[in-house]
Amino acid sequence: MREILIDIIISSVRNLCIDANYNLNADLLNAYKRSIDQEGSEGAKGVLNELIENALIAKEDQIPLCQDCGLAVIFMDIGQDVHITGGDLREAVNEGVRQGYKDGYLRKSSCHPFTRENTNDNTPAIIHFNIVPGDKISIKLAAKGGGSENMSRIAMLVPAEGIKGVKKFVVNTVRDAGANPCPPTIIGVGIGGTFEHSAILSKKALMREIGVRNPDQALAEIEVEILKEINHLGIGPMGYGGAVTSLDVFIETVPCHIASLPVAVNINCHSARHKEIII
Amino acid sequence: MSKIIRLETPLTLKNIKLLQIGDKILLNGILYTGRDAAHKRMYELILQGNDLPIDIKGQVIYYVGPTPPRPGKAIGSAGPTTSYRMDYFAPELIELGLKGMIGKGPRSQQVINAIKKYKAVYFAATGGAGALISKKIKKAEIVAYPDLGAEAIYKLEVENFPVIVINDIHGNDLYYRKY
Repeated sequence: MREILIDIIISSVRNLCIDANYNLNADLLNAYKRSIDQEGSEGAKGVLNELIENALIAKEDQIPLCQDCGLAVIFMDIGQDVHITGGDLREAVNEGVRQGYKDGYLRKSSCHPFTRENTNDNTPAIIHFNIVPGDKISIKLAAKGGGSENMSRIAMLVPAEGIKGVKKFVVNTVRDAGANPCPPTIIGVGIGGTFEHSAILSKKALMREIGVRNPDQALAEIEVEILKEINHLGIGPMGYGGAVTSLDVFIETVPCHIASLPVAVNINCHSARHKEIII
Repeated sequence: MSKIIRLETPLTLKNIKLLQIGDKILLNGILYTGRDAAHKRMYELILQGNDLPIDIKGQVIYYVGPTPPRPGKAIGSAGPTTSYRMDYFAPELIELGLKGMIGKGPRSQQVINAIKKYKAVYFAATGGAGALISKKIKKAEIVAYPDLGAEAIYKLEVENFPVIVINDIHGNDLYYRKY
């Protein structure tokens, strides 16, 4: 049994919050650069150039990439041979978020659903604990903005609709979202499970690196096909028209009920802020 | 072909009447911030027949909730938020003389009708470019609703603040496409 002190969890979560908000992942920066070559119009190229400059300024000046520093969404895979000592794990994650959002000068965006009163420390974080084999802890953190989250959708399709129905739902969701979720977007698709499981899968799918395909050959092909259809919509960077509406489509699946075909589409903005640490 | 135009705020009909969708604009002068919570409060004041905390005649409202500034900086990251959430409140403000709005994403038909009727303009700034945009904001002070934190109304002094015309005074729409 390996012991991990709660203080390490707190400082790791704190640092992930700041890192995710200041430092754009290299795969995205490369995807912007590739997209400039695919775009014909000055408007589309202009947006992509601004995003590259924005990433450089954020890194250099240690200022958030975006004013919407998101809700902190955390996937924590805990090895079953780990013993966490020194306090309450959930509280430690929240304390890490609290410290990260304060020390990083990040915006606190968590509020009561009806009174809209801000909790003022960006907690509670959205936490998904998972028990896995081994003696390590992996923490994946996404700073998930409201603009793209608002454009996400879920559907309980009829099994007869199959792959064709799934594709149509994903493409229609992206089309209806239009300029709102800050394209070029990244599309997470969760298929199967139950209502809530498909939604969690779609969020988890967004943690993948641009260009990494699902290991299942058939699903990998569907990812590429959906991406192609989305980019035929012509929405383009920030909705000004263009060839790159989404940078990638990631599908995750699990078995579902014989009566069901749940599909969740979680849209991420062009900055797709997420970071990982393994302890 | 779009052109780059420098504009001073407050806006007048004279300096916005020739603007066309797709024009790139560099705004200079004062912008007021306001998003969901501040709009709700202003809307309630209008319904009650009370004065607004700011005189919006000729002014531009920027839909933004900035991050806290580091010590010595005017403002933190400050890109636009999605505009449709303010669609419910915007027509009344336009009727009262608001001349410009900055956000991102399309507006409702009601907002576009008000833009046409009262001759206003809707601009977009680049969503997610908050670090870049913060460099164009030279001063920021809270002028109303300090209890709202990031959602308070700030008076911003901006230099060459980059926006693009989405809806001109004729109600044309840059986003209008068949997708």
